[in-house]
Amino acid sequence: MDALNGLMDGFATALTPMNLLYACIGVILGTAVGVLPGIGPAMTVALLLPITYNVEPASAFIMFAGIYYGGMYGGSTTSILLNTPGESSSVITALEGNKMAKAGRAAQALATAAIGSFVAGSIGTALLVAFAPSIANLAVKLGAPSYFAIMLLALVAVTAVLGASKLRGFIALFLGLAIGLVGIDGLTGQNRLTLGIPLLSDGIDIVVIAVAIFAIGEALWVAAHLRRRPVEVIPVGRPWMGKEDWKRSWMPWLRGTAYGFPFGALPAGGAELPTFLSYVTERKLAKKPEEFGHGAIEGVAGPEAANNASAAGTLVPMLSLGLPTNATAAVMLAAMTGYGIQPGPALFEEHGDLVWALIASLFIGNLLLLVLNLPLAPLWAKLLRTPRPYLYAGILFFASLGAYAVNLQWFDLALLLFFGLLGLLMRRFGLPTLPLIIGVILGPRLEIQLRQALQLGEGQWSTLFSEPVAVIVYVVIVLLFAAPYLTRLVRRTPQEA
Amino acid sequence: MVIVVAYTPDSSGEAALAYGIAEAKRRDAKIVVVNATRGDALVDPRFAGESAVGTVDSELASMDHEITQPIGPDVSDLIISEVERTGAGYLVVGLRHRTPVGKLIMGSVSQRLLLDSPVPVFAVRPPRD
Repeated sequence: MDALNGLMDGFATALTPMNLLYACIGVILGTAVGVLPGIGPAMTVALLLPITYNVEPASAFIMFAGIYYGGMYGGSTTSILLNTPGESSSVITALEGNKMAKAGRAAQALATAAIGSFVAGSIGTALLVAFAPSIANLAVKLGAPSYFAIMLLALVAVTAVLGASKLRGFIALFLGLAIGLVGIDGLTGQNRLTLGIPLLSDGIDIVVIAVAIFAIGEALWVAAHLRRRPVEVIPVGRPWMGKEDWKRSWMPWLRGTAYGFPFGALPAGGAELPTFLSYVTERKLAKKPEEFGHGAIEGVAGPEAANNASAAGTLVPMLSLGLPTNATAAVMLAAMTGYGIQPGPALFEEHGDLVWALIASLFIGNLLLLVLNLPLAPLWAKLLRTPRPYLYAGILFFASLGAYAVNLQWFDLALLLFFGLLGLLMRRFGLPTLPLIIGVILGPRLEIQLRQALQLGEGQWSTLFSEPVAVIVYVVIVLLFAAPYLTRLVRRTPQEA
Repeated sequence: MVIVVAYTPDSSGEAALAYGIAEAKRRDAKIVVVNATRGDALVDPRFAGESAVGTVDSELASMDHEITQPIGPDVSDLIISEVERTGAGYLVVGLRHRTPVGKLIMGSVSQRLLLDSPVPVFAVRPPRD
């Protein structure tokens, strides 16, 4: 089955009335949570994981895809209207976007963000169709040593490259890897980290951990800072763009896409770097550079496109290698395992219908977002008035319900509270949550690959370096670590001379 | 003599402020403008932003005045504690039209103030148009 046929089949699945409804729900829900700072698409997908028990896989993933893209749209609305970016990827958008809004051009800023996201999302998804299957084809041929190396690269990159502090990143990563170890070892049958509690020998369900870290941790954190000085929202009408705005926006959209997709598609992932690069480029290329810092439309159009293109790019390693590089993709991967679907290079072969339905729904979701969000922007801004107690009471309720529904045992609720407290402490001490959740999800799979490699190599550690791909990846990992020190060294030498 | 005005950046708040200014001038009193919020939502339209506070401040420039923006769980309690703190002689509140159902669910800050205030209350309604 070639890509185009697969995609057409995917559209056939995604366009049934039921699945369209799920796409609509996902898109609306995603935008709503994206608008509200603190509640992101990762938390929402985590809270919705229990629905995977009685909804068809295709429908569930269509909804999750809507939430994933919707969250990105909503995030830009908040950063433009409030100057409080919900996630690190929309920090750059806030720079120029909020200045534009303060200058009375909120409608144009929202419009260029929304249309730019649509353009970048569509191109990004098209590139995903073009690249993901062929990467998966190549990846199937990789042996355990290469696969182990690539997973290691993803872990290291997510931990060391993204985020501010390497130390904090690695603390979170090792916490996650430790949580992933809990349970009976599949190979030797030994209990690991079960503390003598029989209920732990099955391991800790990923739903419980994801909900605890994202939902309970955030709810407790908000409860600890319940009353804060309200921020001023900039009133906005219906987003629209004039001819001049179109002229100034379309090139930044395309350039942003060109930055965003490759960065997203790398196992290192992340939208911070491409959005920043796009901003810098637009500032350099701008016809009126003096406008930057005072609300230049190019500074919204470029980064916002880069952000969405990288979101599409992130799905390349996720679908073709089973490697998640952002929190939402990680939780979506957890949902896949929940269905008994093994993520990895064989996904396109074994569950082609599901993957193509997911990709087709990305196109549909993108269009729905554009149609829904241009007229609804004022409504989303009203959502920000929701009092936190109402919001977080609902989140706590659904979190507990979801965790209990996993196995219908009280022990999961106790675990939920325990890891919720961990989530609160992580927020308190500035530990990023992404490395933890990726550690929990990738840790066990990393271990399986390592052991397979070692078994095939009869216990010789040198087998880990036996494949060329693996060696290259290890070199990249070393470079990732060494790069900051090397650049520092290079920069220092001329000064001393 | 001090007069406390319970202010919100809308028509009823403006009406209260206008009456408070007139009253303070007549009695040669200090005017204390209180704009309280529960602070539990990201955005509160009844909370005056920097620009709105600036406008009020310039309106009061010629008088002895003070503007406070306390944050706490109950807006009417916050205003009454301001009244007690400043030892005010009068309190001015703006009334807004509320449906009975809205009042039942959300309660009414001005009603609480009328019932709980230790000092006489001026209740002002914005002009109908």
